[in-house]
Amino acid sequence: MSILVDKGTKVIVQGFTGRQGTFHAEQCISYGTQIVGGVTPGRGGERHLDRPVFNTVREAVASVHADASMIYVPAVYAADAILEAAEGGIRVIACITEGIPVQDMLRVKAALTYYDAILVGPNCPGVITPGECKIGIMPGQIHKAGSIGIVSRSGTLTYEAVKQITDIGLGQSTCVGIGGDPIQGLSFVDVLQRFEQDRQTKGIVMVGEIGGTSEEEAAEFIESNVRKPVVAYVAGVTAPPGKRMGHAGAIISGGKGMAKDKFTALVKAGVATVRSPAEIGSTMNEFFVG
Amino acid sequence: MNLHEFQAKHLFSRFGIPIPRGYVARSVAEARKAAEQIGGDRWVVKAQVHAGGRGKAGGVKLAGSLDELTQYTESMLGTRLVTAQSPTKGLPVNAVLIEEGLDIARELYLSALVDRVSKRILFMASAAGGMDIEEVAAHHPERILTARVNPVVGLQAYQCRQLAFGLGLEGKRVGEWVKIMLSLYHCFIERDLSLIEINPLILTTQDELLALDAKINVDDNAVAVGRQPEIADMRDLSQEDETEIRAAQHGLNYITLGGNIGCMVNGAGLAMATMDVIKLCGGEPANFLDVGGGTSTERVTEAFKLICSSPDVKAILVNIFGGIVRCDMIAEGIINAVKEVGVSVPVIVRLEGTNVERGKELLAESELDIIAAGNLTAAAQRAVAAVAR
Repeated sequence: MSILVDKGTKVIVQGFTGRQGTFHAEQCISYGTQIVGGVTPGRGGERHLDRPVFNTVREAVASVHADASMIYVPAVYAADAILEAAEGGIRVIACITEGIPVQDMLRVKAALTYYDAILVGPNCPGVITPGECKIGIMPGQIHKAGSIGIVSRSGTLTYEAVKQITDIGLGQSTCVGIGGDPIQGLSFVDVLQRFEQDRQTKGIVMVGEIGGTSEEEAAEFIESNVRKPVVAYVAGVTAPPGKRMGHAGAIISGGKGMAKDKFTALVKAGVATVRSPAEIGSTMNEFFVG
Repeated sequence: MNLHEFQAKHLFSRFGIPIPRGYVARSVAEARKAAEQIGGDRWVVKAQVHAGGRGKAGGVKLAGSLDELTQYTESMLGTRLVTAQSPTKGLPVNAVLIEEGLDIARELYLSALVDRVSKRILFMASAAGGMDIEEVAAHHPERILTARVNPVVGLQAYQCRQLAFGLGLEGKRVGEWVKIMLSLYHCFIERDLSLIEINPLILTTQDELLALDAKINVDDNAVAVGRQPEIADMRDLSQEDETEIRAAQHGLNYITLGGNIGCMVNGAGLAMATMDVIKLCGGEPANFLDVGGGTSTERVTEAFKLICSSPDVKAILVNIFGGIVRCDMIAEGIINAVKEVGVSVPVIVRLEGTNVERGKELLAESELDIIAAGNLTAAAQRAVAAVAR
């Protein structure tokens, strides 16, 4: 078992024929993901990467029975693409696109309550169940099928954690990048809940960063609901207030969102916190040796 | 992106939100002309900078005569105003806002922002206007009234009335307050704002409600996708950090910090983590710099130029996790950049990920003064040691 996606997941690419969409679709195909086609409005009927192109998500779902989508369309069209996927019957929507206007996401978030679809991201690396299904931009080769669930707001920082977990031999059940935007689909709590219920997952790595209070909410959830060991790191102890640190959501404002408050909440919840990301793997390993 | 107070008030008046009579002035002559057009016998001179805390820093003055108005305008224009919230070197005052002096009966507070917890636009109002709202929130949370907007239906009049009655407004003021809130919401949506703060929103002794101050932040993403051209034109680069502007022009994310170890990292989270580990090892990062997930030789070169433009930098720490981007390509980029830029401080490089062995070989063969490090902690320790020398 794993969460969200597995070897049976059939994936379409929205923004299929664009540069990003093409490159990452190729990477996913060579990883073994079942990419069953893609959507580029106006290009329906063509073939791309030896797969069918559709004008709409609805046609793609009807024709190739896709149940997941990865989105690479430009920021200004991304909200539309997410809602089209949800309306079209897609179950897991991974939105890789960065830079979506925040008010678009407020509307999307409210509208998604009317559908069963799960949104991962936006502004995220995607989701991967190693050896089965990679939906996103993460480098597949650093992953290894195993027992640790990883959830993170960051990209390359997640890869650090992934590589360490691979190097110590534990491997990953599923890795979920929830993204660096202030308004996002799946939250830490949503993913933690799934990892706790997943039988393959034996331990959880959580990588947070400054901004918002989602790590504090996660800490509260972990304290009363998570029995599996959790190792957490929060980036941005040295980040100055009022400055956006790369990600739209990584900002300390009004005295809220500081890394030290997040660490305090996680420690209080009994989470094994590390002050350097280099210690994620070794700290997790301590739960599984002897 | 931030707006100046005068720009925010201009938007307010366009959306029907009442503001004091006033004009922006960029010279003493313009300031005197503004005062004459406003009339009366007292005016407020307000320095226009992108920072709060202007009043305490001497950036807001009440002039009781044209001579005083001249004197205050002269003392502000062309200087840098240092406030508790500005950079330490202050911000240039290139304009002042001249407004009518008003008799204030009550000072209220009203703001709207994107609330990450409820995923709604959140309105906050308080009868404790004119005070630091974070202090009020910390010590008297019951004095802050809130309304959350469901984006499907938008802000409703009853929500505005709840706040108006909660603030103790009466008679016609209730309807005026409702109109102000609805107009603010309209402005917030139409212009892709991420924050509006009016502190204070005053009730004058003539029973008028007016936005005495105005702070607006605009969603950078909405500006970047090009759907707010009018707002984009309002950008005042003089209020922003020069190096950060240069970085943005090359697609780099750069933030100036106070230390002496320059950082170049791919990915925002990893860049923050790198700064944190430097601090953990006893050093101080000079900057935050994200060269992006899929970086190129050109960007790496630009990044080196930016870092080296700061005289404070005594060592450079490069931390790259090669995922889809290969480490050997990154290594070549670093070698070219170090040669081209002529870096004179020690460069510590930590590479990890795809083709890392080949990347390390290239760095070793280059015969440049590049110190290779096996992991992030070792890299940070070496950078700290290099600076201490």
